Amino acid sequence: MSTETSRLRKNWVSGQAAAVFRWTLLGIGGLVALVPFIWMVSASFRSEADLYGNPASLFPTQWTLHGYIGVWEQLPFLRLLLNSFIFAGAATILCLLFDSMSAYALARMRFRGRTVAFVLVIATLMVPFQVTLIPVFIELFHLHWLDTYQGLIVPRATSAFGIFLLRQFFISIPTELDEAARIDGAGHWRIYWRIILPLAKPALVTVAILNFMNLWNDLLWPLVVTSSPDMLTLPAGLTLFGGQHITDHAVLLAGAVISLLPIAIGFFFAQKYFVAGVATTGLK
Amino acid sequence: MTALVPPAVSEPSRTTRGGSDPRRAHHRRLTPAVLFLAPSAIILGVFVIWPILQSLYFSLFDWTIGADSQKWVGAGNYIALTQDPRFWSALGTTLIFTSVTVVVVVTMGFLTALGLLQDHLLTRLFRSVYFFPTVVSLVSIGLVWKFLLDPSIGFVGGILKFFGAEPIAWLQSTQLALPAVIFVAIWKNIGFAMVIFVAGLKAVPAERYEAAHLDGATDRQVTWYVTLPSIRPTMLFATLILTIQSFQVFDLVYVMTGGGPLFVTDTLVNELYREGFVNFRTGYASAISWVLFAIIMIISALQLRLFRYNDVD
Repeated sequence: MSTETSRLRKNWVSGQAAAVFRWTLLGIGGLVALVPFIWMVSASFRSEADLYGNPASLFPTQWTLHGYIGVWEQLPFLRLLLNSFIFAGAATILCLLFDSMSAYALARMRFRGRTVAFVLVIATLMVPFQVTLIPVFIELFHLHWLDTYQGLIVPRATSAFGIFLLRQFFISIPTELDEAARIDGAGHWRIYWRIILPLAKPALVTVAILNFMNLWNDLLWPLVVTSSPDMLTLPAGLTLFGGQHITDHAVLLAGAVISLLPIAIGFFFAQKYFVAGVATTGLK
Repeated sequence: MTALVPPAVSEPSRTTRGGSDPRRAHHRRLTPAVLFLAPSAIILGVFVIWPILQSLYFSLFDWTIGADSQKWVGAGNYIALTQDPRFWSALGTTLIFTSVTVVVVVTMGFLTALGLLQDHLLTRLFRSVYFFPTVVSLVSIGLVWKFLLDPSIGFVGGILKFFGAEPIAWLQSTQLALPAVIFVAIWKNIGFAMVIFVAGLKAVPAERYEAAHLDGATDRQVTWYVTLPSIRPTMLFATLILTIQSFQVFDLVYVMTGGGPLFVTDTLVNELYREGFVNFRTGYASAISWVLFAIIMIISALQLRLFRYNDVD
């Protein structure tokens, strides 16, 4: 009896020890994940002298706004911000429309070559986009679309991944609804617009967030398509100016803080869609 | 659900539906599908599928943008690649970057997911914290870490100094630059793997755990013989996605080191970018892109095999 209780107590103790161990590790991990962002925000409010003088400090000894003032004065920052919004915003909206239309056709319409079309969409997902980068650059050159909004946006106005994801979702919507609508005389456009799209809101939000995030964060594509400072997006602008003209750390960090704000705010309010976009898509 | 479908008043032609002419009926069914598919099909065709073929074609020429005529070299670019020490070095760097990143991220992501599987306030908060770096641009992350690792202003050096050690110039060192870049990639991606594993672990039927516990299995045995086999598809998915992403690493290197010092952090896509858009050697860069594609295909196929994807559970 007493050996039994001592064994139980030992189990309880080892269980507690394991929990302490586990949470210590998770806590350290959490700090490692978070501290760079804390440092980033804090350093964007610090002077160069402060940064050089107290590198071990996580917080400013003296707060200064010169980073945030400098980013507007030393960079075409408003233009970069606007370009990022136009590029990511327009491409996301077009993607939602075009991807959902294709997904509707692939999920709900019968036509010859449907399987081939779907396989082709999947196949393009397997090719790394760098393979297409050079020929697309040459195409845009011949179209005189380099360094223009249409050059940035149109090639990104549909995504095979979005088509795939939405098609999978549309298939899960019961067909009784469209059959009922069809009996009432509704055509495909009406079924697509009035029945499927409203029911697919969660999937549409997921695709929208995933697309916007990827486009907003992208570096290589805007770097290749644009060249004048007036057409650069935030990531490309920060990278290019950071490498050349600007040596003040707070200025660049202020730019980086502002550029991650829209994503951080979206993440705060709609985290589950970010997670859904990243995780569930792979789980059939 | 109400008023979803207002009665159709227009489209009187619908009443003739299923008429006697089968050819017309077929035509009518085809047309809307084409309209629905057209925007995406045109964009994918012009900006993805055709460029894929073109890229293969370019890779067979000594192609230079804007030149009047392009010289056919056959496999010449590919042969030149095998003799290019910078290509081999970039390939090696990419392979090291990918294998270390994927193995560490999958392992740590899995362990983190196990630790944060239950649903309560604290675990949810931790999951958000771990996941956050995943949604932030690599440019911001690269910039912040470049400064964090800076020997004069960086927090990492500051802490070393605080403990009496000398700050290290990580990104200027030929030995430490690549490990530092790999560390940042791992740091960014653990949350991504964790989220995938949390979803996968939650989908494992509870009966399997109950059955194992009834049979007297220890916690470690349950993890090893129940959990791991049950999430094999998740494991495969995480490994595959991370491998493909890591092979295409560009932003982090471009921002943190620019491929230096002495090209030790130069990866395949960094080389492709430099050859294609700085040196304008279009054919050569196209060949690099096809080598990248081929390697990704081969490694993906090996991974599918390794995880015995086609096995019936």
